[in-house]
Amino acid sequence: MEENLRKIIIDGEEIGVNPAMTILQACEYIDKEIPRFCYHERLSIAGNCRMCLVEVVGGPPKPMASCALQVKDLRPGPNGEPPTIKTNSKMVKKAREGVMEFLLINHPLDCPICDQGGECDLQDQAVAYGVDFSRYVEPKRAVLDMDLGPLVETHMTRCISCTRCVRFISEVAGIHEMGQIGRGENSEITSYLGRTLESELQGNIIDLCPVGALTSKPYAFTARPWELSKTNSIDVMDALGSNIRIDSKGKKIMRIIPRNHDGINEEWLSDKSRFIWDGLNKQRLDLPYIRDDNGRLKPCSWNEAFDVIVNKFKKSPNILALAGDLISVETLFSAKELISNLGGKTECRIADTCIPPSDRALYAGTVPLDEINNSEIIFIIGSNPRIEAPVLNARIRNSWLNGTEVNLVGEKSDLTYEYNHIGTNLFELEKLTKSKTRVFENKKVLIILGQGIFGNNDGYDALEVVKKFKENFNAELISLHVAASRVGALDLNFVSDLGYSSSINWSDIIFNIGMDEYDLPKGKFVIYQGSHGDRGANRADVILPSCAFPEESGIYVNTEGRPQFSLKACEKIGEARENWAIIRALSEKLNYTLKYNNLSQLREKLFFDYPDFALIDEVRKNTWIKSSKYSKECLKKDLKNIWVDHYLTNPIARSSSIMAELSKNKRKNFNEKVK
Amino acid sequence: MFRRIDKNQPKAFEFSKANLSWAKKQILKYPKDRQQSAVIPLLYRAQEQEGWISKPAIEVIAKMLKIAPIRVYEVASFYFMFHLSPVGKKAHIQVCGTTPCMLRGSEKLIEICKQKISKNQKQPSSNGKLSWEEVECIGACSNSPVIQIGSDYYEDLSEESFSSLLDSLIDGYPEPGSQKKRFSSEPEGFLNSSKIKIEENKNASVELFLESSLLKNTKKVNIRKVK
Repeated sequence: MEENLRKIIIDGEEIGVNPAMTILQACEYIDKEIPRFCYHERLSIAGNCRMCLVEVVGGPPKPMASCALQVKDLRPGPNGEPPTIKTNSKMVKKAREGVMEFLLINHPLDCPICDQGGECDLQDQAVAYGVDFSRYVEPKRAVLDMDLGPLVETHMTRCISCTRCVRFISEVAGIHEMGQIGRGENSEITSYLGRTLESELQGNIIDLCPVGALTSKPYAFTARPWELSKTNSIDVMDALGSNIRIDSKGKKIMRIIPRNHDGINEEWLSDKSRFIWDGLNKQRLDLPYIRDDNGRLKPCSWNEAFDVIVNKFKKSPNILALAGDLISVETLFSAKELISNLGGKTECRIADTCIPPSDRALYAGTVPLDEINNSEIIFIIGSNPRIEAPVLNARIRNSWLNGTEVNLVGEKSDLTYEYNHIGTNLFELEKLTKSKTRVFENKKVLIILGQGIFGNNDGYDALEVVKKFKENFNAELISLHVAASRVGALDLNFVSDLGYSSSINWSDIIFNIGMDEYDLPKGKFVIYQGSHGDRGANRADVILPSCAFPEESGIYVNTEGRPQFSLKACEKIGEARENWAIIRALSEKLNYTLKYNNLSQLREKLFFDYPDFALIDEVRKNTWIKSSKYSKECLKKDLKNIWVDHYLTNPIARSSSIMAELSKNKRKNFNEKVK
Repeated sequence: MFRRIDKNQPKAFEFSKANLSWAKKQILKYPKDRQQSAVIPLLYRAQEQEGWISKPAIEVIAKMLKIAPIRVYEVASFYFMFHLSPVGKKAHIQVCGTTPCMLRGSEKLIEICKQKISKNQKQPSSNGKLSWEEVECIGACSNSPVIQIGSDYYEDLSEESFSSLLDSLIDGYPEPGSQKKRFSSEPEGFLNSSKIKIEENKNASVELFLESSLLKNTKKVNIRKVK
């Protein structure tokens, strides 16, 4: 690759860069800052804001837009000298000041009442290139606001027509609902005839908008960016482990925005993860409860609650601990240690999910998620990634745009890209495995294995079908889970030998740690440890209030097997305690005190017992276990997706009024389409 | 000038049989996966058929080209030549208002439009038959002032001839071309330097108009006749 580099001189500094790079990228390469509004590294190049102008020496006698000019298009000097770029000459400064003056002509001076104030690209760049007066005396342009739905607030008069939102919605989100209509001064960014956006990724246009034209509706007028304390954390709404930053003011979480992580979420975040925070303040369990003789839940003290539990535990050793979707590794580690030492069982494969806990290559995949970009053929088996992991779906779509062929086995749905549907069950897939024609010879094949297979009650055979397919085509595999805690729990071996249903039947006492999605049978004594008054709490005999994910620190292992730290962003509510601390306190009451007094001691023990969790942010290679024989019964069974309603999948989401509204709109739109 | 699509929209749009087969041929002109390039010809043909671009028309064209309706709407809203609201059912009169026509009296023509058709541009007359707008140079300066109706030019207009043209538009099909009986743009009255003998009475555009209006007997003047 070395010889392909082209030499250019930027501000007197000679560098060699890939000729396909743009001038702007070359400048960034040597840390020269180029102002920009329309250019975004993950979107196509528009070149319409003109803020990134640079001077090309020996080139055309005008400033050039550096975002849209490639290095290979530069001419060398008369004696073969490398082309020269100036980014801070007088001409450049004057040109950028001119552009800024034009941008500010129609931009309202309403920064004091604008939510973008303090984190506005236009504000920041006006400091460098703006002037403190205006030569413009004519009336300013005003634009009608559009209604984009409950998430994105619009102030279109502030729009500088960079078209980032249009490009994002059509390229990344893949829904083609926004566009720029009209021309010249009267051009407007709008959605098609006033439709609201129907994407699970629409919140990202708030981040993309360089001015205050698109702002967050739920966050509107509640805080200024400089008042917020910012915590880097991990999202748990799906199993991707998207990197987020939680912004809080005092005790309250004000907003959640994405952080860049090239391997996981790039810099996008799904709406569910972004707007979940209003659910953190609703339906919260802030006191321990005991069910009295009349069958009513009564608030009580921690000691009373623990006493009831200790008495119960003394009567029967048949205790089953269940792991919910949003639980951190530390909690499960301490729960496993306590419960298995009391003679109980643990289980994380809720509702008889079929996952062999010893086969890590199967449940955590053989490659990291960014392998999607390099694959040539993708098989999605039993999953709807659009609602199970919208950010991952954007990555698959990106790959599809670059020529990857996508195949789907299972339920048909609108995935925002085209795919070949090869059957609702595994029959056709097995046929492909057995066919003599080597269709995918020398192609990089990737399988995305979803809950349609894991969720099947007799899925072990189905898994073997997929494994055989994988081996036959030398494919790679990614498992797409939906529960943020699932892979971590499996790594901890938080499973029982009996499986979910049988171990529930076996148990007398169920220690339910945040599992709200499925009903538990009658006749069992249920202890519910969780943060929200949801289905799990309704069924409980004792409720232990715990912290929700932003209120405590924890490790989460995402769907590709990457452990990540989620940090505490705000204070807990009422008498709730941290999840691991509840189990630690309970162990003391049971005279089986766990040997750690704080989280760092717990983690020390955890890393000692399971050293792989200490490999933070690393995806380790898993060894493949060869497939074995299977019965053909499973080939007839249709694969069913696990989630129907993307917005209401966990207790926090179900408590959020924003999610409720999104879910309602989605159903309404769906019904209208059916009509 | 900011334009939005009209609030009152028809329920459906359909290309006529002839226009549909024409449109399909247009789409075939473009390479695979580039079919969306046919958006302007299709929009223009839809406008010739209906007089304006309606929401159903946008959606039908988007479907034919396999692109999102917003992409078609973007194009339709960009070009002023596409009307986003209904125009006169019989004729939409485009009065050239650029310098040569203005010097030769187009402002007076506009006054007549305001009196006889409607006060505002692009607003159909009370009977819905006519509408007008001022356009930029339509490239017939030596025959100024000029108006364009559909694909026909009416040249060498005066206040009187334009006024009677509007009257005859109500129930007739006035003949396009020079209203001073010029053949095309030769010097008025005599041919001094040119030895060309003009044998035909009418120029080719006028002939075409006469031929096709006899053949098709179309009722709308602003619709191009399909050959």
